[in-house]
Amino acid sequence: MSWFKRESFGLVPQEKKELPDGLWIKCEGCNEIIYKKELDKNLYVCMKCNHHFTINSKTYIKILMDDGTFNEFNDQIQSVDPLKFKGTRRYAEQLKTAMKKTGLNEAIRTGFGQINHHDVVFCVMDFSFIGGSMGSVVGEKISRAIQLAIERHMPVIILSTSGGARMMEGALSLMQMAKTSAYLAKLSDAGLPYISICTNPTTGGVSASYAMLGDIIIAEPGALIGFAGPRVIKQTIGQDLPPGFQRSEFMLDHGFIDVILNRQEIKEKLTQILEFFEAQ
Amino acid sequence: MDTYILDFERPIIELEKKIQEMKDLSIHDDLRLQDDIARLEQKAEKLRKDIYSKLSRWQRVQLARHPQRPYTLDYIKRITSSFLELHGDRSYGDDPAIVGGLAKIEDLPVVIIGHQKGRTTKEKLHRNFGMPHPEGYRKALRIMKLAARFKRPIVTLIDTIGAYPGIGAEERGQAEAIAKNLFEMSHLPVPILIIIIGEGASGGALGIGVGDRVLMLENTWYSVISPEGCAAILWRDSTRAEQAAEAMKLAPTDLLEIGIIDGIIKEPSGGAHRDHDKAAAILKTTIIEELINLNQLPVDQLLEQRIQKYSKMGFWSE
Repeated sequence: MSWFKRESFGLVPQEKKELPDGLWIKCEGCNEIIYKKELDKNLYVCMKCNHHFTINSKTYIKILMDDGTFNEFNDQIQSVDPLKFKGTRRYAEQLKTAMKKTGLNEAIRTGFGQINHHDVVFCVMDFSFIGGSMGSVVGEKISRAIQLAIERHMPVIILSTSGGARMMEGALSLMQMAKTSAYLAKLSDAGLPYISICTNPTTGGVSASYAMLGDIIIAEPGALIGFAGPRVIKQTIGQDLPPGFQRSEFMLDHGFIDVILNRQEIKEKLTQILEFFEAQ
Repeated sequence: MDTYILDFERPIIELEKKIQEMKDLSIHDDLRLQDDIARLEQKAEKLRKDIYSKLSRWQRVQLARHPQRPYTLDYIKRITSSFLELHGDRSYGDDPAIVGGLAKIEDLPVVIIGHQKGRTTKEKLHRNFGMPHPEGYRKALRIMKLAARFKRPIVTLIDTIGAYPGIGAEERGQAEAIAKNLFEMSHLPVPILIIIIGEGASGGALGIGVGDRVLMLENTWYSVISPEGCAAILWRDSTRAEQAAEAMKLAPTDLLEIGIIDGIIKEPSGGAHRDHDKAAAILKTTIIEELINLNQLPVDQLLEQRIQKYSKMGFWSE
């Protein structure tokens, strides 16, 4: 028997957090220790290596919309559990936990807003809500937002961050790909522009529907963008993936996005794009 | 071809064998076995009904994957009076995992597109196990647009466990290719009839699966991901696919109930793999009926109904 005994366990598993609390943060890109206030001022982009931290929908609204102009609609729509899905946990429980944790009703927020006085319909996803996965509600909110944009003759901007379709709604979540794409076709037929912004990550059913359908597609640097997840591809082909595979820069090289923009410059460029489309 | 028998099929197959033996005996030895044979045939029919009416979701998945199940080209050969296969996406290459072309069913000119699996090892590799690359979706779209220009209805036959997850597929824009097809198919101004003839998983299936009417053969499945993929994500264990199949509610009756499909097509007794000709005959009758109905709608009404159909999909509360 050992003559020493550990009094208490120092390492207690904790819930994973988006950004750790405290004054200092370690950059996931370059391991630099950054003062949190500085990082906040720099819109959560590392000053040293330009790593773009994952941020929530609220922060994106603050960054991209003119102050106080974002007017959210359909925020009361909530997911139900149509398949009574049970994996490791019940989907119904998972939804409750996600709502409590994020204070959001779903993985997307939609509303009217202004970007340097240009009216837009803005949809912004939130990765913290079940990995930004797309189920019936995400599909419905986007479809309604596009319909409103058509009625009010406004451009649509969707900022994506998602692992893909929400498995717990089975084929219903798959159909949201068709539904949102059908509404985007309607928007296009109405002669209105759609701008897609891809942030880390944008994969699966979201990339294979609205994220890749933008008239203009913008990506943040270093974002993972693709159809199949890297783990699945690695398993399928049985070899390591080349460095930079499926990142924004790779997507730009292969001709699938228009431009990579740092978080700090997105608003200005959006203004430029909106002005271009508005000028008749 | 060796017969591949699933466990739950075995009692039926064994009984059928016995009936056949008795029939042979009665011919060769002139024994009076007619009554016994008739009795056993009745029993076999009842057994088939019993077994096939109570299939679990996982058993449906197994039937949908049955190696003797008819594939797209097997059906095309049987239901068309003429078929000219078209190749290539006019930009990168030709994907053998998706076939398509100009066809006539009776006197009805249609475009048929479908996923294609292979039966022998060589064919399977050639068809990439029915898992398309972006050029497959782009070829499909090219042919569908041709159909739209010349006002020909489109029939698509779905049978894939998903779009191929590989380096080349990503480099050439798998996501964009699928997204583009969803976008275009939602407003192509001709009738589109979708039929799931085997497996249907993920954007790989949906990439040629947006249309006016969506039907499933009886022993097929359709969901957002394969049962193995779902199990791998949920439990990091793809061998729990059976459990995943139950959780995802991927059988035709499930999907009819939640409004994702419009109907279920009967298969010959014992499943399509037991009688290709009969399965094709049923499919042919269904296609003709459906297309005659769809052809009667004016284009604007057709398109309005199509968007309404997808608008309604999903469940939520507010």
